[in-house]
Amino acid sequence: MKSGTGMKLLRRFSIRFSNLVTRRSANQRLQDEIAEHLALQIEENLRTGMSSVEARRQAALKLGAPQAIRERHHAEHSLPFIENLLFDLRYAARMLLRSPGFSFIAIATMALGIGATTAIYSVIDATLLHPLPYPNPAELVRIQDDLPGVGAQRVGISVPEWRDFESSGIFQSAAITGTGADVNLTGSAQPLRLSFKQVTPNYFAVLGVDAELGRTFDPHDATPGYNLEVVLSDGLWRREFAADPKILGRVLRLDNDEYHVVGVMPRGFRDQGSTSGEQNVELWLGAGFAGVPFPPPLRSARQRSRVVVARLRPGLSIAAAQGHLDALVESLKEQYPADYPAQTAWTVRLIPLSETVVGSVRQSLILLFSAVGLVLLISCVNVANLLLARTSVRSREIAVRQALGAQRTRLIRQLLTESLLLFLLGGIAGFGLLFCARHFLLRLVPESLPHLNEIAINWSVLAFALAVSVAAGTLFGLAPAWLMSRLDLTSTLRQEGRGSSGSVGRSRARQVLVVSELALSLVLMVAAGLLLRSFWDLFAVQPGFNPDRVMAVQTWLPGPNDPKMDPYQTATQEAVLLRQILSHSRTLPGVEEAAIGDQASLPLGHSDPGGLPLIREGIETMDNQAPVIDSPIVSPEYFHLLGMALERGRLFTDQDLEDSPQVAVINQAAAHTYWPNQNPIGKRVRLNFNNRGVLTSAKPVWTTIIGVIADARTESLAATAIPQIYRSVYQRSAKDLAIFLRGQLDPGAILAQERQQVQSIDATLPVFHAESLDDLLSTSLSVRRFSMEMVAFFAATALLLAGLGIYGTISYVVNEQRREIAIRLALGAQKRTILKMVLRRGLGLAAAGACVGVAGALIVSHLMAGLLFGVSPNDLTTFAGVTVVLTLVALAASYIPALRAMRLDPITTLHAD
Amino acid sequence: MGEKPDVLQGTLALMVLKTLDALGPQHGYGIARRIEQISGDILAVNQGTLYPLLLKLEHEGSIASQWGASENNRRARFYRLTSAGRKQLDAETRGWEQTAAIIERFFKIKAEDLA
Repeated sequence: MKSGTGMKLLRRFSIRFSNLVTRRSANQRLQDEIAEHLALQIEENLRTGMSSVEARRQAALKLGAPQAIRERHHAEHSLPFIENLLFDLRYAARMLLRSPGFSFIAIATMALGIGATTAIYSVIDATLLHPLPYPNPAELVRIQDDLPGVGAQRVGISVPEWRDFESSGIFQSAAITGTGADVNLTGSAQPLRLSFKQVTPNYFAVLGVDAELGRTFDPHDATPGYNLEVVLSDGLWRREFAADPKILGRVLRLDNDEYHVVGVMPRGFRDQGSTSGEQNVELWLGAGFAGVPFPPPLRSARQRSRVVVARLRPGLSIAAAQGHLDALVESLKEQYPADYPAQTAWTVRLIPLSETVVGSVRQSLILLFSAVGLVLLISCVNVANLLLARTSVRSREIAVRQALGAQRTRLIRQLLTESLLLFLLGGIAGFGLLFCARHFLLRLVPESLPHLNEIAINWSVLAFALAVSVAAGTLFGLAPAWLMSRLDLTSTLRQEGRGSSGSVGRSRARQVLVVSELALSLVLMVAAGLLLRSFWDLFAVQPGFNPDRVMAVQTWLPGPNDPKMDPYQTATQEAVLLRQILSHSRTLPGVEEAAIGDQASLPLGHSDPGGLPLIREGIETMDNQAPVIDSPIVSPEYFHLLGMALERGRLFTDQDLEDSPQVAVINQAAAHTYWPNQNPIGKRVRLNFNNRGVLTSAKPVWTTIIGVIADARTESLAATAIPQIYRSVYQRSAKDLAIFLRGQLDPGAILAQERQQVQSIDATLPVFHAESLDDLLSTSLSVRRFSMEMVAFFAATALLLAGLGIYGTISYVVNEQRREIAIRLALGAQKRTILKMVLRRGLGLAAAGACVGVAGALIVSHLMAGLLFGVSPNDLTTFAGVTVVLTLVALAASYIPALRAMRLDPITTLHAD
Repeated sequence: MGEKPDVLQGTLALMVLKTLDALGPQHGYGIARRIEQISGDILAVNQGTLYPLLLKLEHEGSIASQWGASENNRRARFYRLTSAGRKQLDAETRGWEQTAAIIERFFKIKAEDLA
């Protein structure tokens, strides 16, 4: 019996559905059958001796009520649920058309709420929900080495460690990758600067993506250095090589080395990484990280700018893998005690790759989503309020329908359908607006947002909008529908007590709604206020350097794999080039000062600075015990150009050259951290660095500290100063250079001018990326600014909606009570008293809303504390200011209805009913 | 007007199928009369509710219908049992017999206890 039931139900359903769609009617058939049945029954009755009238009557009684039979027959023939729904929808549409003003306001409010929410959702969809477009992304992890014993994180991995991890059985395979660097492509029309990543040959196998054309690297390739194969991105292939089908095997000169093209990646392939820069890598070079130009693969040779990406064994959870890894770490520490001294407490962590890709943006996005959620809530509450207000208009109609026998559930269902239709229309309108405005809105999003290119208004976004509309419509339409159906029939029909006892439930509901609207607006406004103050403080913070009228133009010297091929191998050779560049740059029109520094010296303009172990004389002896410090390399004019003041000692001079004693300048933070309560001038340090695998001298070189400069926020405006140690570019060469120019410069022309100057000295050097330091500063704040602007916009919207809510409610109250007010006026009350009475009502609502709102705002501000800068979550000024604004708005919104109440003419009002 | 409880509807459906099985194709009035004869009260009133039930059984595929001529040459809709319907009838009959046997055993126990 059970097996057939499903099939039978399905058969019944499909037959009934097709009947509904084709509008076939079974009425004729039923009528004929019933007529036939009656005829036979009457005949039978006549045979038993009844009179014809009696026979007919008995037959009819026996058959039963024809209407009921027809209904049940029709219910079986078709699908009454859907029929009722269609009928309700048509009725709801008629009702909405009948009051166009109300419908328009309600739909517009919902369009705003749902449109804004959907917009933020689309950003979250592209950024947080699908960060890794690779197969089985849950298996991908990043391996991070930390030395918590000396307070260092992400110190990088060494090649023997990588080999140990690979053979440990925890991972399917692990790959080392750089974080995205640049390389010079020469030999084409213009020297190009392209972004590349050096990876171990199994990198693409780890990600799980294959080449579209040709192949990726052979995972078993064991070349210790670069294997001289390169894989191109689809974009590069199309742009620079015109999608040449014979690209495979072609030779490219990268940093003066020759590489063979072995493959092209598919269109739309993106590398993993936390910034757009990292993801827009166009070349992949295979390398073993163990031979020239890399440092020798010692266990203690950690390479900081290397990231290890691995794919876990299928079925292994991250927690379990971490457990295995910890055991491996322990055994390695026992095996190699010299390389892992106990006080560094070497630990290895597994971090899901999606986490690192999303990174810091998650907090901002969650904040935005919460803020817009509040706006949505307020819009829904507003519309619910409007719906309730309509009941007094429609109470007559509903009472009549109930008196005629309509069931309550039927009424509720029909009223609910009206609300749902309203919310759905609002949602569709909001989505439509978003779709039309998408290009404009995308321009508002800051460029540093990862996955910016993937934000799209697509089907899943539409599904989200519809789902939110339906959910909101059901939730917020149910209460008004239920309340509406609870009418007291007799008093409504008799027109008694318009606005008295029968609607107490409704008016209380409305007041609760308005108070909640006010509370929510307060929360949003406090959030916006706090963010605004944070941003303002951050913007006004003294960066410690002077970015005024300074532009930075970048040029990178080639880094060929074999150092002997490098024309600027030693600092002395490079110094010649640099001095020439500086003197030529000073001849450009408008240039007052010029200086040179490496990427790490570009304030706020570099991603991960390469830190080095700092070995202080007499304190540390080994790299792996040493703290890590940032170490920019600059020319002597740098400090003056950027306005970084000297506090003690001296700065670099032109006499500090490669063969004179090595010197360094530190900042105050470094002095306080590493030489507390001492004079750091004259102290010596050793900065061990990987000089591309070639050690310049056999004995350790000591660097003497000669000066201390004031702190500057060159890493991040929000962080207080970080210790830095500067070295002169004439003593220690750097390949990644930025040319700083101060003066009255033309931002459009400066790049071409500088390029001309540099290439007149060496025509193979690419010159690119001219940006002003002011721009760099504001870009570093761009995500924050975006969040702040959005939240402020939402808060303003919320305030507007709440104001409208109060206005609506107070008007309604005044309207309900106009007879009482008229009576009072007639009995001699002062107009002013009436005004005060109404205003007090409004203030009462505002006060209630403010109390609840302040409590909520305190909770929210503490949740947000991580995003704030320079202002406490309990900031009294912000809270007080916002409450005052709210009160003023409430007063203003109550004023107009209060005026109307005041001006009631008692005689006409009392006569009107 | 309330709905017939499902149990009663199910029993009625069974009776319809059995009637068609025993007597061959019948029209609605004929089925009603036979059921009334055998079961007495159940279809004494509201015979008209049979027709929605017949439509349901037809939708489920247990019976099939076509127009034909009745005894006095009037046009009537005749219903007959399909093979699927026969299978359903057999299955439900077995089920009922089992239930009845179990209940009977329980009643027997009571009598023996008292004896």
